[in-house]
Amino acid sequence: MLNRIHQTALTAFFTLAGLLPAAAAQRGQPSPWEIYFQPPATPIMEFIETFHGWLLIIITLITLLVTVLLGYCMYAFNAKRNPRPSRVTHNTPLEIVWTVIPVLILVGIAIPSFRLLYDQLTIPKSDLTVKATGTAQWTWTYAYPDNGGFSYDSVMLQDNERKPDQPRLLAVDNPLVVPVNKVVRVQVTGEGIIHSWSVPSFGIKIDAVPGRLNETWLKAEHEGMYYGQCSQLCGKNHAYMPIAVRVVSEQEFANWVEQAKKKYSAVPGLAPNNVASAAEPARQ
Amino acid sequence: MANAAAHAEHHNPTGIRRWLFSTNHKDIGTLYLIEAIFAGVLGGLFSAAMRAELAEPGVQFFHSAHAFNAVATAHGVIMIFFMIMPALIGGFGNWFVPLMIGAPDMAFPRMNNVSYWFLVAALILLVVSMFVPGDAEGTGFAGGWTIYPPLSSKAGQPGPAMDCVIFALHLAGASSILGAINFITTILNMRAPGMTLHKMPLFVWSILVTAFLLLLALPVLAGAITMLLTDRNFGTTFFDPQGGGDPLLFQHLFWFFGHPEVYILVLPAFGVISQVISTFSKKPVFGYLGMAYAMVAIGAIGFVVWAHHMYTVGMSFPAQAYFMVATMVIAVPTGIKVFSWIATMWGGSIEFRTPMLWAIGFIFLFTIGGVTGVVISNAGVDRSLHDTYYVIAHFHYTMSLGATFGIFCAWYYWFPKMTGYSYSEFLGKLHFWLTFIGVNLVFFPQHFLGLSGMPRRIVDYPDAFAGWNMVSSIGAAISTVGMFVFLYTIAEAFMRKRRAADNPWGVGATTLEWTVSSPPPFHTFETLPRIK
Repeated sequence: MLNRIHQTALTAFFTLAGLLPAAAAQRGQPSPWEIYFQPPATPIMEFIETFHGWLLIIITLITLLVTVLLGYCMYAFNAKRNPRPSRVTHNTPLEIVWTVIPVLILVGIAIPSFRLLYDQLTIPKSDLTVKATGTAQWTWTYAYPDNGGFSYDSVMLQDNERKPDQPRLLAVDNPLVVPVNKVVRVQVTGEGIIHSWSVPSFGIKIDAVPGRLNETWLKAEHEGMYYGQCSQLCGKNHAYMPIAVRVVSEQEFANWVEQAKKKYSAVPGLAPNNVASAAEPARQ
Repeated sequence: MANAAAHAEHHNPTGIRRWLFSTNHKDIGTLYLIEAIFAGVLGGLFSAAMRAELAEPGVQFFHSAHAFNAVATAHGVIMIFFMIMPALIGGFGNWFVPLMIGAPDMAFPRMNNVSYWFLVAALILLVVSMFVPGDAEGTGFAGGWTIYPPLSSKAGQPGPAMDCVIFALHLAGASSILGAINFITTILNMRAPGMTLHKMPLFVWSILVTAFLLLLALPVLAGAITMLLTDRNFGTTFFDPQGGGDPLLFQHLFWFFGHPEVYILVLPAFGVISQVISTFSKKPVFGYLGMAYAMVAIGAIGFVVWAHHMYTVGMSFPAQAYFMVATMVIAVPTGIKVFSWIATMWGGSIEFRTPMLWAIGFIFLFTIGGVTGVVISNAGVDRSLHDTYYVIAHFHYTMSLGATFGIFCAWYYWFPKMTGYSYSEFLGKLHFWLTFIGVNLVFFPQHFLGLSGMPRRIVDYPDAFAGWNMVSSIGAAISTVGMFVFLYTIAEAFMRKRRAADNPWGVGATTLEWTVSSPPPFHTFETLPRIK
């Protein structure tokens, strides 16, 4: 399988570079001294990782080529070794070569890149919709229009509220909960200020813009906790509005929905395309 | 006779007449360089403060996130508008464009004066903005150099700090537009006999292309910030969805200016590097026409790629696909430049004087910044890397390490010409190595931070990011030492007063500025040189 070949190539690449991370990366959150992506948890992030892996090989080879050429010039054409400079200032075939080859490389990059972009922006038939609203109070509000229309706020845990195994600046009181292996349509908007909803291991980053309803999708392939952070400067608490997503089994999700319906009062009239909340005045 | 006395004074003014009412391109160039050094030290200290804060998790150094964001914003605005642009365009452009084309001065000497003093007024306004109320959290505007509304609207920043920033940008923009008009007129009309466009030194070409970019891009910024100003103060809603506006309109307008702006910053550095590589390889530039028109192509394409800064705002597939392809195309002329510089060195007789070290450093670092640019031009991959430290690393490799290496390259190349003194070769090289090691330690690990997901513009970060942030901060400490070595290098040169030759670089230095004395007389080329 292409993926397998690619993994092997990448591992070989990192081993050669002597950069293979010593500790295994944690799923769903950054790891100390990590030098590459967090382990992917959706097909889109797997695609990004594969594609970026090839890009990394291409750009490393280009950088090495330039470095070797520079090094050779410095060695062979310094004033001591080569006291009489040549006067050559033109070489048309050479100039054509270094124009055409980069064009071919770019075409080679663009083709899979279009595929990736298309997959990201084309939402498959979705199993459920969730709506994330970035608020002017630097919190996220999550709503479940397909499951009774309840909604709740998701707020970062302070140091005294965190359990020891919960990561600082990432853990929240009420994470977004989604079922595993289901296509989830994620709608994102902002109230009063622009935020950005981002989860690195899902390969998602989408701006929460007042007056707009943006859409993306995810299909998480492993259960567990996944963390991200607001990725658009939004004021004093920009560093303190994490995104946490709990991926659970289908049964667990159904149970959670039943509890959540009771716990959080339903928002009347909340429909997938209702952007009225985005037009509320900013809190000042 | 009174007339004759006035005439003599006009030719050799002193004191306030020379420096405040200055109309001489060399004096104005010097003023710009002094302003750029001042702004560079200020912006450099701001970055040192940010790296001190980010060395360890937690908030230790700044009293609030607002203060951190305000300093980060000021760092960006100062480095772009008050350090790189004044140094490369106002400073070296003013000094050497007339000398290199054999013109006695700039076309509009008084306009040249007003462009400089507008810039000083703009810098004062920007510094003032840091001390007047921004929002409820404190003084200064803390919304980033990109000044996106609604964070920069009345709702996000009720205080006058943002208005000061808008006025500062207006004045800096007016200053640059006037300067651009002056350069275009000078270069198109005042070349010495025989100096055809296709014989102009590449530095002059780079300034000509840059001036056109300024002239076309800055009015768009001026329009956008004027709309922001009326949104803030006169009840319009250009960028407010509650009144039918759209915050994304601002982002489109801003980046229509903002993307050409990054080429405005780096093209003059390209020009400098071409001169220096050619001089110290003792060879003419390889593929001169290709080099000149590659800059024209970069400038032209630079106007049609702006929304690659906006892949995550929710654009359609065709829009993102277009901006991706257009962006990738820029890699081709950029590649031509890098390979032509190497081909210029090929077969040369290279002397590793201080300016040449900076030039070779530039090529290496700009290549790294260029290839990571190809990575993030891919909208699909940028989904992961947008607004992370990967982007910070990318644009600092092209700006902080590219444009700034170009500035230091030009500084060490032309310092003997401008001052008439030689600097210490040892100190110049020490400055280079400290900076080269320092900035690579700062920015290379930031690629790793970005890949593993660390967002930019945050005052505190999850503990897992601590390792590479510490490495980055150690690098910042080293490059800050480099900055002080730079200042000492200048002081040492002026104290020792070693006389520099008219042409200290030998047979490779073939452009016209090396035919006049060091420092040049107050008025040069009163008899126009003839170019064969």
